[in-house]
Amino acid sequence: MSEGNMNLTLKVWRQKNAKVNGNLETYQVAGISEDMSFLEMFDVLNERLVSEGKEPIAFDHDCREGICGMCSMYINGRPHGPLEAVTTCQLHMRSFKDGDTIVVEPWRATAFPVIKDLVVDRTAFDRIIASGGYISVNTGNAQDGNSLPIPKEEADKAFAAAACIGCGACVAACKNASAMLFVSAKVSQLALLPQGQPEREERAIKMVAQMDAEGFGNCTNTGACAIECPKEISLENIARLNREFLSSSIASTVA
Amino acid sequence: MSWLTKTLSSSIGKKVLMSLTGLFLCTFLVVHLSGNLQLFYKDGGYAFNTYAVFMTTFPLIKVISYGNYFFILFHAFWGLYLEYQNRKARSVRYAVVRNSSSWSSRNMAILGTVLLVYIVVHMGDFWYKYHNEPLPYVQYRENVVTGERMFAEMPSSYKQDVKKVEISDLESGTHLVIVKDLYKEVSVAFQNPLLVLLYIIGMLAVGFHLYHGFQSAFQTLGWNHPKYTPLVRGISTWIFAILIPIGFAAMPIFFYVKHLMGN
Repeated sequence: MSEGNMNLTLKVWRQKNAKVNGNLETYQVAGISEDMSFLEMFDVLNERLVSEGKEPIAFDHDCREGICGMCSMYINGRPHGPLEAVTTCQLHMRSFKDGDTIVVEPWRATAFPVIKDLVVDRTAFDRIIASGGYISVNTGNAQDGNSLPIPKEEADKAFAAAACIGCGACVAACKNASAMLFVSAKVSQLALLPQGQPEREERAIKMVAQMDAEGFGNCTNTGACAIECPKEISLENIARLNREFLSSSIASTVA
Repeated sequence: MSWLTKTLSSSIGKKVLMSLTGLFLCTFLVVHLSGNLQLFYKDGGYAFNTYAVFMTTFPLIKVISYGNYFFILFHAFWGLYLEYQNRKARSVRYAVVRNSSSWSSRNMAILGTVLLVYIVVHMGDFWYKYHNEPLPYVQYRENVVTGERMFAEMPSSYKQDVKKVEISDLESGTHLVIVKDLYKEVSVAFQNPLLVLLYIIGMLAVGFHLYHGFQSAFQTLGWNHPKYTPLVRGISTWIFAILIPIGFAAMPIFFYVKHLMGN
């Protein structure tokens, strides 16, 4: 990696585990290239901390190409940093200026307790998916795709909702730490397609019940989630979730 | 739990209760404004005072008004409860926050609390006095031939058991109406610049609250559609956030300016 010339002041949340209090620690990093990704800048800092015999900063990451949904840094007051429609791993140092101070915090939500430093426990999302975010498929040969006519517009909406990578930026951005954008994307992608119909009614009810049980806040339609979402999931999905949940609760016999 | 309590105690159900009571209160504002525009008539308060009698005696309106009091209290305290839950959902706050949402949408609870205080003061000013205090009476004497209407204050010792005394005297061709003079009460109250200021602050809070609130209520009910959402947002901004608060705020300003100009 080419040597860069950016000098930055980082204020990073350090917390040993969920049981103790954390605090913001200040680090000076020098020689950062503007072509580095934000996570590579953290790699450089961690290499240095390791060589100094200090505890490296724990942060989540996996694919580093914006599709796994693992990276989860709250950078200068915004999930995934200053750009829109990118994850932290897709954020590059050219989005910052030499001499900047950058504050990095973990997602803050009671339902996402801190495991260590910048790593939070997002298994609440897994439990919401397990409660109803699936379809039942009979064994045997796959059905011919052409035998299931789906209007292009519906397919596009389902695809757009399915782009959700479950990173939790919506929860992090929401002033209420509400998970409605995530749940609405997961309900929508299946409610819009024929394969999702058998469990459609109970899915909306069960996933909302699990979401509430996890301790996420109530949606107040501020719209911060959709603006900060790296996959640009639309607020229309939240309206659809409301429709799915209300019509299933009122008109079906599932609840 | 029955399906209904389960539905209403879910996060979406709780929001639906906020949405429906909020929309009811929005329709109330429209009625309240259109009725109170009669304060601007130059008729010695005849239209306004007889309207006040109608609003406090007509059975259907009375029933709705009790619903209205209940919905105001419910909307306020349910909203504070939701705000409490939402704050609990983020037990550790961020050190740095850069918001991308509208100021109104983030401050609904604070705006609502300002409104609750405003409503208590407002009802104490007029509703309580109209119902519980001996307001002076005013008589309107209409010449049924010319349509000319004279008004005169009744002596302060005058009292009547009904809200409106109406006498038609065909021989002299006059129609006499005696009612409580709430119009006078309003015009005197708004000679106080502090009260005028409080009302303007109250109406600013209404505007910002409804800029988010009205259109948000539709989203909560699942009403988000490319054909109708622009209309809902337009009504939210232009009618509920701008036109209605200005209409209400014009009343205290009107009476204050009238007082300054010496009448």
